[in-house]
Amino acid sequence: MWGTGVLKGMAVTIKNFFDTYTSKNGIFTVEYPEKRLPEKERFRNFPILVYDEKPEELRCVACDICAKECPPKCITIVKAKDAQGKPLKQPEVFDIDFTVCMNCGICEETCPFDAIYMDHEFELAEYDRMDALIYKKERLSRPWTHFEKIRPTDAKEINERRAKDATKTAAAVKPAPPQASNQQT
Amino acid sequence: MTNTIETQTRPSLSTQQLEVSIGPQHPSTHGVFRMNVVLDGETIVKLKPVMGYLHRNHEQLAENMSWLGSMPYTDRLDYFCSMTNNIAYALAVEKLMGIDVPERAQYIRVIMAELTRLVNHTALVGFLLNDLGAFFTPVLYAFREREKILDLFESVAGSRMMCNYMRFGGVKLDLPDGFVDCAKAIVDNYPPFLEEMERLLTKNEILMARCQNVGILLKDLAVNASVTGPVLRASGVNYDIRKIDKYGIYDRFDFKVPLGTVGDVYDRYYVRILEMRESLKILRQAFKELSAGPVISQKGLIAAKSPRNMKVPAGDAYGRIEAPKGELGFYIVSEGGTKPYRYHVRAPSFINLTILEDMCLGHKVADAIIILGSIDIVLGEVDR
Amino acid sequence: MLDPRFRGSDIKECMENLDQIFVQAKRTVMNLAESVLPQPLVLLVSMLISIGVIAAIGPVIMMYLTWLERKVVGRIQNRIGPNRVGKFGLLQPIADGIKMLTKEDIVPEGADHILHFLSPVLVVVPALLVLGLLPWGRNMAAVDLQVGLLLFFAITSTGTLSIFLGAWGSRNKFSLLGALRAVAQLISYEIPQVFSAVVVIMHTQTISIVEIVNAQPGFNWFVFTPWGFTGLVLFYIASVAECNRTPFDLPEAESEIVAGFHTEYSGMKFALFYMAEFLQVFSLSALAAALFLGGWQGPFLPSWIWFFLKTYGLIFIMLWFRGTFPRLRVDQLMGFAWKFLLPMSMINIVVVGIWTYASPIVAWVLGILIIAISFGVLAKLNTRYHIERNRKFILAE
Repeated sequence: MWGTGVLKGMAVTIKNFFDTYTSKNGIFTVEYPEKRLPEKERFRNFPILVYDEKPEELRCVACDICAKECPPKCITIVKAKDAQGKPLKQPEVFDIDFTVCMNCGICEETCPFDAIYMDHEFELAEYDRMDALIYKKERLSRPWTHFEKIRPTDAKEINERRAKDATKTAAAVKPAPPQASNQQT
Repeated sequence: MTNTIETQTRPSLSTQQLEVSIGPQHPSTHGVFRMNVVLDGETIVKLKPVMGYLHRNHEQLAENMSWLGSMPYTDRLDYFCSMTNNIAYALAVEKLMGIDVPERAQYIRVIMAELTRLVNHTALVGFLLNDLGAFFTPVLYAFREREKILDLFESVAGSRMMCNYMRFGGVKLDLPDGFVDCAKAIVDNYPPFLEEMERLLTKNEILMARCQNVGILLKDLAVNASVTGPVLRASGVNYDIRKIDKYGIYDRFDFKVPLGTVGDVYDRYYVRILEMRESLKILRQAFKELSAGPVISQKGLIAAKSPRNMKVPAGDAYGRIEAPKGELGFYIVSEGGTKPYRYHVRAPSFINLTILEDMCLGHKVADAIIILGSIDIVLGEVDR
Repeated sequence: MLDPRFRGSDIKECMENLDQIFVQAKRTVMNLAESVLPQPLVLLVSMLISIGVIAAIGPVIMMYLTWLERKVVGRIQNRIGPNRVGKFGLLQPIADGIKMLTKEDIVPEGADHILHFLSPVLVVVPALLVLGLLPWGRNMAAVDLQVGLLLFFAITSTGTLSIFLGAWGSRNKFSLLGALRAVAQLISYEIPQVFSAVVVIMHTQTISIVEIVNAQPGFNWFVFTPWGFTGLVLFYIASVAECNRTPFDLPEAESEIVAGFHTEYSGMKFALFYMAEFLQVFSLSALAAALFLGGWQGPFLPSWIWFFLKTYGLIFIMLWFRGTFPRLRVDQLMGFAWKFLLPMSMINIVVVGIWTYASPIVAWVLGILIIAISFGVLAKLNTRYHIERNRKFILAE
């Protein structure tokens, strides 16, 4: 009634004004291109396909599970075929439409072969909105070391599980169906 | 039905009513919303909300998708509170499937829901002040705090706003290391921030003059229009689904439900501030009682690994929670298949919006804007 | 070590030279002109120099006020503000200017083309014109008119007309609403503004701005009297409303009527509206400084530095307001002008009357008493039906 509330409000704002000069936490913004916030390990943006050694030998076996699970259906997979026309366990085409993908991470969760993961890369702007935003297989593939670098905790866990599975499959005469083995984890 | 008020006929000067279309491109309609307003001078004599500009076919999409497939889409309903949207949807499906949620997952859900309430109410107070004409200062102070909680969400779920964190029977992943300490620090730093905000706003004479006795929503009308959430409680109706349904583990927490007495914009503003303080109380208790254990039940884990093959028994279920904006309900009908037969969202923003005209009539244009702001709508949820 | 002879008088002389540096500069040019040109043309040269300087300084002030506003409001909001173009973003206004100039100039289809074009020009002219009346420093007013203050108010009040012109010409409902608000607001607030300036006229018995400043030598600024302080506060609040600034920015209320009277303006025309607003901010702050804060009067520093210090101090408060307050409603805005500012400024006139005739102690006590009591009564009466300070909230189970 006497204008005290108004004056108190002004005191709050002037305090914030001077805090930006005196206090270390005064300015809250980060000057983006030069400075960056630390990346969270679980941060997910866009899928990548991982390979162990050579970029041609992706872990992906073109099973089409992720394409079927993807809610907006942004993944297109075509199985590779050898000279005789027999289907191979690798993709000929693996396209992800960036304009459709909604970064939900369901592909990563449902993949039984540890082949597709969400990357941390987020500066993905392009000048061409037609072709450049359809990510081909070559552009999606990253080495496993890259994944180990961005998500060390997850990578450790996955490595351990894969090593265990490998010994198990080596012991068994017939390889266990991958999906069943995955469900037990 | 025409309810144009006859303007007094003056002997020499005749006046004309002015029809203004506020929106869909307007700085303060919180998205693409339109109000067709008939004005007599500056006074509103008629107001018609027009919505649907952001319709994305959410319900139909969900009916053509696996049960889990629509979980990320629920993030995009009320994009301020994706966590609570996830919880409500998961609750409905869990009811139908009869899956239990492990103890730890229940606590995680409560923590996420209350953090979301903080995010939503903080941002709302800021935006309301923007509607009142403050030049972004309260909204940026609000965002300063909101950002910290969103960082927490990012560290848990991988995304700041589109969390996609809940799964049927639990949550997607366990809390990362150091999460509880971070969250505790944020909760401890929240009361000073709220006090700063209140010093800036609550007793400000301009704010009080603008908000008090503006857009009064009477108890009866509020109940009849099935308004829920802080808008209803500001009118003095004690209705909080956390208390009534006691879904999840809300019966274990000790918290109060703040109620307003007048039901104007000021009450709606202040009830939210009080609610944030209650949320902080719940959070403190939840951190104390959080125990180790699995975060998703076995059945849920299998379903999450292969959503395509997840079948839900035939029947229907309605899962509702107290979302920050009001009662958020998901009504689903299953025929026993891998897709819902019918999927309906009871969106609190949409239903709270229906009484906009009743609150605005007789007030000035500027009041209509703040009344709209005080209802707290998100167009993603209104239009779905 | 400083030469012991270089003390006192030298520094004083140096300061005096610095004080009169612009006056000297003009005199040098004039002397040159006198030696070359015939007598009637010399007067013209003198006028052209003053006009040139003011016409050049106006846009510069406006450009750097936009920079200052963005910086100050940014800091208030825990941000840095512009920092990309040039050091500290100092070239940002120039980048903005280039952007504004190269932008497409859109004229709505149904608009009145002549009015739409004329209005931004007309709105800038009075804002630039009044800069000539300001005393920028000792001997530094472009024109020292005997009726300076009167002319100042007369010129600034024409701004209302061009605002209405522009809004009417753009044929937009939001513009129309904004224009109606602008006219109502500017006319209402002019009255308390002039009334609160009247106290100074009564005390100094002159309406020349230069004379008013001369009447406050040293630290004898009017703000250190009860009527002067009240006058400054009232004048300042009314000035904020005159400039359409927060919390009285209803004519261009962004969240309500998009951009009010300049909704349909783009490019350079929009920039001209902004220029008028910022120049008005500057000139009214300068006038408030001249009337109540002693203008360029002050010890040690050169007079023009004092002038800019005081003016920018007042401008800073306006920016501070902008970073803090929500906006008033139309009826409250009108109520505030007519029911609070106007009676308050009238009571202030009574106080200055007492000040003139009573002995100093009586005048101080009586002045403070009258102002405090009337402020209390008016505040109480005004907020009685609008504000409920301690509202009850229930914490239910």
